[in-house]
Amino acid sequence: MVELVWLIPALPLLGFFLLLLIGHRVGEPRSGWIATIAAGASFLATFVVFMGLLGRDGHSGDRSYEFILFDWLPAGSLKVEAGFLVDPLSITMALFVTGVGTLIHLYSIGYMHGDPKYSKFFLYLNLFLFSMLMLVFGNNLVVTFLGWEGVGACSYFLISFWHQRESAATAGKKAFVTNRVGDWGFMIATFAIWSALGTVTYTEISNSPAMSAATGTAVSLLLFVAAAGKSAQLPLYVWLPDAMEGPTPVSAMVHAATMVTSGVYLLVRMNSVLTDDALLVIAVVGAATALFAALCAVAQHDIKKVLAYSTVSQLGYMFLAIGSGAYVAAIFHVITHAFFKALLFLGSGSVIHGMHDEQDMRKMGALRAVMPITAGTFIVGWLAIAGVPPFAGFWSKDEILLAAWEQKNIGPLLWFVGLVTALLTAYYMSRQVILVFFGQQKWEEDVHPHESPWTMTTPLCVLAGAAVVGGAINLPLVKDWLVLEHFLEPIFHHPHHFSSGTSTKIALAVISVVAGLIGISIAILSWLTRRIPTERLEPEFLENAMYVDATYARVVGGAGTSSFQKTADFDAAIVDGSVNGFGRVIMKFGQLIQPTQSGYMRNYAIGVAVGALVIVAVLAWGLLL
Amino acid sequence: MEITTGWYLVLGALLFVIGGTGLLIRRNPLVMLMCVELMLNGVNLSFVAFARQLDDIGGQTVVFFVLVVAAAEVVVGLGLVVAILRRQPGTTADDLSALKG
Repeated sequence: MVELVWLIPALPLLGFFLLLLIGHRVGEPRSGWIATIAAGASFLATFVVFMGLLGRDGHSGDRSYEFILFDWLPAGSLKVEAGFLVDPLSITMALFVTGVGTLIHLYSIGYMHGDPKYSKFFLYLNLFLFSMLMLVFGNNLVVTFLGWEGVGACSYFLISFWHQRESAATAGKKAFVTNRVGDWGFMIATFAIWSALGTVTYTEISNSPAMSAATGTAVSLLLFVAAAGKSAQLPLYVWLPDAMEGPTPVSAMVHAATMVTSGVYLLVRMNSVLTDDALLVIAVVGAATALFAALCAVAQHDIKKVLAYSTVSQLGYMFLAIGSGAYVAAIFHVITHAFFKALLFLGSGSVIHGMHDEQDMRKMGALRAVMPITAGTFIVGWLAIAGVPPFAGFWSKDEILLAAWEQKNIGPLLWFVGLVTALLTAYYMSRQVILVFFGQQKWEEDVHPHESPWTMTTPLCVLAGAAVVGGAINLPLVKDWLVLEHFLEPIFHHPHHFSSGTSTKIALAVISVVAGLIGISIAILSWLTRRIPTERLEPEFLENAMYVDATYARVVGGAGTSSFQKTADFDAAIVDGSVNGFGRVIMKFGQLIQPTQSGYMRNYAIGVAVGALVIVAVLAWGLLL
Repeated sequence: MEITTGWYLVLGALLFVIGGTGLLIRRNPLVMLMCVELMLNGVNLSFVAFARQLDDIGGQTVVFFVLVVAAAEVVVGLGLVVAILRRQPGTTADDLSALKG
C-alpha cells in the first residue's frame, strides 16, 4: 500500500489541470467541488499509505520507503532523483496537510461564493496542495526545494488574489521578496551539503559522518535562514502579517496551518546535521520571535492581524522546541497548531463573511447570539491556544516549555520567555474573543450579521473536535501514551528524552496553566467588566509592531535604494559598456573595409585573379630560392 | 615538326588567358559564362597533356570531375542568367550589384 505514495501529490495536480482546462466552464460551485474532491482523495490516499506504513515493523528501520520516479539531474557525481520518501515524519505532515487542506477547500466553497475568479481560486489551492506535498514527500533537498518554491509562488498568487486592491498586490510582492532571502539560504545550504557530503538525498545525509564543526554550523544556520523566511521568524517575519490581505481560507491554510510550518519540517528533517551552536541560535531566535509577536498581537484591531501575529508567535514556540532538541514537541505543536489556528482563522473568516467584510474588532461585539456555531467553535480554539487543559494546545505547549526548561545553556531563561508568551497569548486571544463575541453590540444597525452556510460551519465543527482531542496523540507521564514520539523516533539522530522528574513536570505544567489563567483574567477584567482601564493596553508602539516594518522601509528605501541604484549604474556603465564597446570596435572595422565590396562581378574576379597571381608568385619565389 | 607537350600547354594557357580576359572585360552575363567554360577547358587540356606525358591516369580522372562540375555550374548559372534576362532584357553584369557592401 505504501507504493501508492505517488497518488498523494498526483491527485491535487490532476485537480489543478482539470480546473485549468474546464474550471471556467463548470463555474460555481462545481469547480470548488472538483478541487475539494481532489484534496479529499489525496487525504484518503495518505491515510491508505499511513495504514501501510503502520503495518510495517517500526523498530527494524523498515518504516522508511523510497519511491523513485526517475533520475532527474544526473550530472557527474551529482545524482538527483525525482523521488518520494515515505517515513513517519513525512506521513505525519502529509496527514494533517491533506486533512486540514480538505476542510479548508470545503470551507472555501462557501466563503468564495460570488467571487468573479471563483474557479481560479480553487485552481491555486490545488496547486498549493500539490507543491506542499512535494515539499513534504521529496526524498532529497532538490525536490523539497521544488515544492518550497512552489508553495512560495502559490502563496504569492493567493495573497494578491484580489490584486485590484493596491495593498493586496503590495503584500504579495512583499511576501515573495522576503521569502527569496530565505530561499537563498536554502540554496547555499544545499550546495554546501553537496560539497561536504557528496549527496543531497535525506537518507544518505542522515547516514553520513558528521561534517566538521564549522561547516556543520554554517549549514545549520543557512537552513535556519531558509526556515526563518518561510516560517516567519525574526527578522524575516514582516511578510506574514501583511499576507492577511489574501482571502481568509488562504490565511488559514497557507499562512497558518501548512506552508509556514515547512521551515519547522525542514529543520526536523535535517536534524542530523544541526550542531549544538546552531541549535542555541535557533532557540534564542525562536523565543525572541514568540515574545515579540505576542506583544504585537496585544494591540492589533484587525481580527486577522491578531491571528497573524499569534501565528508568528506560535511558530516561534516551534523553533524554541527545535532549538532545545525536542523535535517531537515541535512537530506535535505543528499539528495541534494546525488544528486550532486553522479553526480560529476559519472562524474569523466566518465572522468577516457574516459581517459583510468588516475586519475591525472595534465594530463587532455580542456576535455569539447571531453566530452560535462560529462562536462556539471559536471559543474552543481560544481555549486550545490559551493552553487550558485538556485542549490540544495545552499538551504541545507544555512539552515545549518543558524542553526549554531543560535546555543546557540558558534553559530557565528560555522557559521564562516562553511562559510570558503563554500569558500574553492567553490575554490577547481572550481580548479578541470578548471584543468579537461578547460585550456590547458595536455594529451599525443596518449591518445584519448572519451564521454562515453549512459548507463553512462543517469544517469549523470538525476542526473544533480536533482541537479538543488533538492532544491525545502525545500524552505525557505514561510512557505508552507518547504515541507520536514512538512513531517519529526512527527519524532522529539523537532521540530527545526529558530528564526532569514527574514532580518538576507537574509543577511546570501548573505554572503555565496559572499563567494562562492570569492572562484570561486580565482580559476579562479589562475588556469585559471594564475594571481595568483599557486605554493604556493598546500602546501605539505595539500597534505598529515596534516600527520594525517602518525601519525596514526606511533602510531599504533610503540607503538600500541608492546602493541598488549605484549597482545598476555600474552595470550600465562598466559591464554593459565593455560588452557594447567591443561590438562597436568590430562595427567600426567593418565600416572601414566596407567599400571593397562593390557588388561588381569584375572587381571580385580581379580579386581572385590577383590572389591567384600572388600565390603563384610566392610559390615561384620559394622554388627559385 | 614534332608536336610536343609544350604546344598543348601553350594552347591551354592561351585558352585560359582568353577566357579570363573575356570574363574581366565583357558585361554580358551569357558571354561571361562562356568565358568561364573556356578557362575550365584550358585547364582540362593541360591536365590531359600532362597525363599523357607522365603516363598517369590521374590527370584524365580529374578532367572528368571538372566536366561534371562545369555541367552542374552551367545548369545553375544558365538558369539564373536566363531568368534574369527574361525579367529585364539587356541586363549587364554591372546591373547585378545588389550585394554591394
